[in-house]
Amino acid sequence: MVTLTDRLDYTSSMINNQAYCLAVEELLGVEPPPRAKYLRTQTAELQRIASHLIAVGFFVQELGAFGTPLMYSFRSRERILDLFEMLCGARVTVSYMRPGGVFADAPRDFWPALDRFLEDFEGELAEIEQLLLENEILMVRTRGVSPIPAEVAINCSVSGPVLRASGINWDWRKQEPYDAYDQVEFDVPIGSNGDNYDRFCERMQEVHQSLRIVRQCIAQIEPGPVRLDLPLVLRPEAGREAYGRVEASKGELAFYLVSDGGISPYRCKIRSPSLINLTIIEHLLVGWKLADMIVSLGSIDINMGEVDR
Amino acid sequence: MALREVSGIELADALNGALPGAVQVFDEEVVWVQPSRVNAVAEYLRDDPSHDFQFLNSISAVDYVEYFDLVYHLTSLRQLSKAVFKARVYGRDDLNVPSVYGVWRGADFQEREIWDLMGIRFTGHPNMKRIMLWEGFEGHPLRKDFL
Repeated sequence: MVTLTDRLDYTSSMINNQAYCLAVEELLGVEPPPRAKYLRTQTAELQRIASHLIAVGFFVQELGAFGTPLMYSFRSRERILDLFEMLCGARVTVSYMRPGGVFADAPRDFWPALDRFLEDFEGELAEIEQLLLENEILMVRTRGVSPIPAEVAINCSVSGPVLRASGINWDWRKQEPYDAYDQVEFDVPIGSNGDNYDRFCERMQEVHQSLRIVRQCIAQIEPGPVRLDLPLVLRPEAGREAYGRVEASKGELAFYLVSDGGISPYRCKIRSPSLINLTIIEHLLVGWKLADMIVSLGSIDINMGEVDR
Repeated sequence: MALREVSGIELADALNGALPGAVQVFDEEVVWVQPSRVNAVAEYLRDDPSHDFQFLNSISAVDYVEYFDLVYHLTSLRQLSKAVFKARVYGRDDLNVPSVYGVWRGADFQEREIWDLMGIRFTGHPNMKRIMLWEGFEGHPLRKDFL
């Protein structure tokens, strides 16, 4: 099952793994060891950076800035994928996390590589921000375009950066801390108008917060086991159900699992942020220019693998 | 600072006071409401200031062969609480449940998905069409007796 979750939103497979594992752990009533929690938090935040870089890169690409900004984002994302390869041998479909922990501890070479990445990324991020944040064309095309008022966003069940860009301070990592999120400090950036520009800036600011979390994880992590000794085939008690929820890069991702005591879930419903964030699309498009259509769609950052699941 | 979980007993008490007859059964965790009154329950839970569930997290349908359970997960962003209510629908054919589209717009695609894959129709939904499969597809593939 964990391998299937990689394919949902293939730009943030680590976070998908995490949501599913949390749901299974809730079913079984177990908790992973502390080191596994930190490893999960840290890789999930690296994945969030990679996913936001893609979102921002394609958003700008859709505005007509072909190639350059996208390649800037991909350059940094590539480094993150290299780190994932060191952790689990895969770059995109990672399947790194398991119910009860993670697949394996990080190899010795991983930590210096992570430090090098963090050091270089500082400059790379500054470069991307310098290029885009106050870019005149980008601002003219996106400021004030397709704003989402807070009430509309809530009523449409929108979540994640799109909800926060509309000025609502809501992040599941803060509201219901899972894994090691209660051990680290970070801020929840929020926007004011909820227009396309705010959604873009929201993601850029979240990247900074993710970096903060990764640094704290490195400082706090301690040696220890990384996986509980669970049987290979898990049989949660019949009739139990769980709602495992995380703040994914695109919004609230949840697995609603119902067990019948067998080896596979009786029902596994995926609450995917991409599908439900699309509800807002009518509000985003009606009354606005045709030329802004693709840009507005890019600003909610959907992933088709997760829309049709 | 996790969210407060509103228990089934608490929810059933409130619903019995405001909408007599809407609750079918309840236990400590969840309450089952009359399927025909789902939208009334939804509207009450959204508008009543002590509950204030403005955010619909998800609607799921679970097929237990003799019946279907519809599961509604709710969150209140102001009260910092969460709740679950369910509705049990018996039978296999011609199932109808009132839509909560008018209460939470976020139900739009989720109700269409349930119709498409589980075959429960939502009355009052303005666009009750299949969402993933094409019109003319026969059957509802997530049912346990499909194929």
